Amino acid sequence: MRGATHAKWAACAVTVALAATACGGGGSGGGGGDGSGIVSSSWGDPQNPLEPANTNEVQGGKILDMVFRGLKRYDPKTGEAKDMIAESIDAKDAQNFTVKIKDNWKFSNGEKITAKSFVDAWNYGANLKNNQKNAYFFGYIEGYDKVHPEKGDPGAQTLSGLKVVDDRTFTVKLSQKFSTWPDTLGYPAFAPLPKAFYDDHEAWLSKPVGNGPYTVDSYTKGSKMSLRKWDGYPGDDKAQNGGVDMKVYTDNNTAYTDLMAGNLDLVDDVPAAQLKNAKNDLGDRYINTPAGIIQTLAFPFYDSKWNKPGTEKVRQGLSMAINREQITETIFQKTRTPASDWTSPVLGEKGGYKGGLCGDACTYDAAKAKKLVEEGGGIPGGTLKVTYNADTGSHKEWVDAVCNSINKALGEDKACVANPVGTFADFRSKASKQELDGAWRAGWQMDYPLIQNFLEPVYFTDAPSNDGKYTDAEFDRLVNEANGETDTNKAIGKFQDAEKILAKDMPAIPLWYQNGSAGYSDKVSDVSLNQFSVPVYNEIKVN
Amino acid sequence: MGRYVIRRLLQMIPVFIGATLLIFLMVNVMGDPVAGLCGDRKCDPATATQLKKEFGLDKPVWQQYLTYMGNVFTGDFGTAFNGQKVTELMSAAFPVTIRLTVVAIVFEIVIGISLGVLTGLRRGRPIDTVVLLLTLVVISIPTFVTGLVLQLLLGVEWGVIKPSVSSEAPFDELLIPGLVLASVSLAYVTRLTRTSIAENRRADYVRTAVAKGLPRRRVITRHLLRNSLIPVVTFIGTDVGALMGGAIVTERIFNIHGVGFQLYQGILRQSTQTVVGFVTVLVLVFLVANLIVDLLYAVLDPRIRYA
Repeated sequence: MRGATHAKWAACAVTVALAATACGGGGSGGGGGDGSGIVSSSWGDPQNPLEPANTNEVQGGKILDMVFRGLKRYDPKTGEAKDMIAESIDAKDAQNFTVKIKDNWKFSNGEKITAKSFVDAWNYGANLKNNQKNAYFFGYIEGYDKVHPEKGDPGAQTLSGLKVVDDRTFTVKLSQKFSTWPDTLGYPAFAPLPKAFYDDHEAWLSKPVGNGPYTVDSYTKGSKMSLRKWDGYPGDDKAQNGGVDMKVYTDNNTAYTDLMAGNLDLVDDVPAAQLKNAKNDLGDRYINTPAGIIQTLAFPFYDSKWNKPGTEKVRQGLSMAINREQITETIFQKTRTPASDWTSPVLGEKGGYKGGLCGDACTYDAAKAKKLVEEGGGIPGGTLKVTYNADTGSHKEWVDAVCNSINKALGEDKACVANPVGTFADFRSKASKQELDGAWRAGWQMDYPLIQNFLEPVYFTDAPSNDGKYTDAEFDRLVNEANGETDTNKAIGKFQDAEKILAKDMPAIPLWYQNGSAGYSDKVSDVSLNQFSVPVYNEIKVN
Repeated sequence: MGRYVIRRLLQMIPVFIGATLLIFLMVNVMGDPVAGLCGDRKCDPATATQLKKEFGLDKPVWQQYLTYMGNVFTGDFGTAFNGQKVTELMSAAFPVTIRLTVVAIVFEIVIGISLGVLTGLRRGRPIDTVVLLLTLVVISIPTFVTGLVLQLLLGVEWGVIKPSVSSEAPFDELLIPGLVLASVSLAYVTRLTRTSIAENRRADYVRTAVAKGLPRRRVITRHLLRNSLIPVVTFIGTDVGALMGGAIVTERIFNIHGVGFQLYQGILRQSTQTVVGFVTVLVLVFLVANLIVDLLYAVLDPRIRYA
């Protein structure tokens, strides 16, 4: 039987194939509980080159958090900005600051960290010539408009507000009062840079050198980065493990599968499809904690239809028509919390978070919603188009649910329709050029845990992320006053007063606060996420 | 023969230019890529202008295209948004995808053609029906289902393979992804071979060969199979290109950092340089594969001559 031999041969080929792949096993080294074990963690390909002032997304931010320490660091538990390299940051008038740094800090290549390491790095970050996407973080420092003019070439190479006094001291002059400015300094853009960064930029980018608890051991762009514990690290948040291997995954589902199969220790972004199973699969090893992210629906105030008196009632009505409880439960499996203000619970009561500030407008009430929308003259144009990007983040599901909820509450099939845009870039380009009509999803991820960061960049007149062009003189005045206020409690009170104006005008409907979700294997312990939903890698212990 | 090849090579030039131009325009139509680089906030206008200048996005599209093509001929495919040279991305992605494609093609040839010959010779018998049914099942199940099920069973439940491929992507780790990638084409190859064999089995030359008393094995491999392979080779030839560019689903499931993944990233980030660069190479692969297929016809059937 010749046919039979053929079949046999084919069967053998498959068996060989299976057996051969089995040989590809074997995980990374253990090392026991002595702090030398290596943690393997999922990672996404960073979108921008890895430089402190050029990294504005989570994937690159994770690495900076391991490789760099700045003047301040946000406590991973409380979010409080604590002195790290800074010995003191003093100011009498909320505008002229004197920064003194500690003596014992150095970069992992041995170079000592001085006041100049900071001043040079900030000048580099602010300079338009260097194309740094986080340049605007230096915008409060005097002279920013010279090194980063809106048009043309920079007229100066350095910020006039920065002065090195001696090796351990420098002064900062801001262009306006900003009392909580020192608390912004925990953001990675403010990290110091070693000389090697300027001397051989290309080489530095392929293997960044910093001053954090880890050093970069090897980096294969787009696939893997190995970080190892730096024994000479002078800080008190030393790495509790021997290092971290960051593996780029094409899909977070695959990362989750790898975690299940025991090939990976940590997944810091549980895919939406797996949220239902995560609790069962992982038990206590599933983390679901609040992060400084809020999702809102923004409205186009540049469109006169949405900017006339009465439309605030429509917006409040629409907000009331959204059943946040139900959506966060069924679609997000409680990884979102219904929002009732415009900040985030990670700020804490002391930091300015005030649940319920939005009032009735953020509570589901179909009958009242319908009445309010009618009083306001109905939805402009008859239909609310909600624009979102369909490529990432599984936004389709919740946008559909929101529209469904609105349609049901208003008793109209076409009151709200979803309007997907193909890519994130296209979506952002349309939003920032004021090309959207109707509403759009407007997520906000905080840069630093301050109430100021949730309000000023998004709702202040002509602020960089105020895509809807909302403007209110009273709001602006209160924010400016809050920034000039040296007493933190009073400042926060003013910010909350400003927020009450948002509740009245409803320039954006708060939807929900987003949680960070992560899962880890039984090989590691002490895993937690900070307020930015980034794992606190240096605290992870390998069992 | 030589003239034919030259003519074909010349024909490639307009196809190549047309295809790249189309891709270039399509990516450009998608809008301003710089807007996506700053996350959920607006890029500050000065930096955005500066970035556009750096990537050459401030010039009119035709000028961008001309500069781009000029650079391509000197081997410069530009820079992706994350600061990497596109050639660097290619040198990382193509070897992986080529390995994956080779695995897939070998599966197609070995399993597909064997099963095709087997069933073609035994048309109507139980084995034929079983294989026909099996191929129908494979064709009707989408690749991502096959992929995810195999990954779950072999990777997680039984622990036979690693569910994800490491960044080095050696051949042995690519066997299962390759099989998944090949599955649908494999079913088509089986069916194509089967039909072709069944048809040619009654051809005069086969009867002659049998009448001459040639051994059965020689009749099948030399006479029957060789003449039946023309449609199969055509299919496999075009499949090379399709597998390389279209492995995106398989590559995502098994965490393979190949061409499909890079293209997907490039499209998401609207990185013209990445997308056009990779597609350019893929177009070349398609063209060359088709040329080779056409030349193979003459080897398989000497009656086909190229003037």
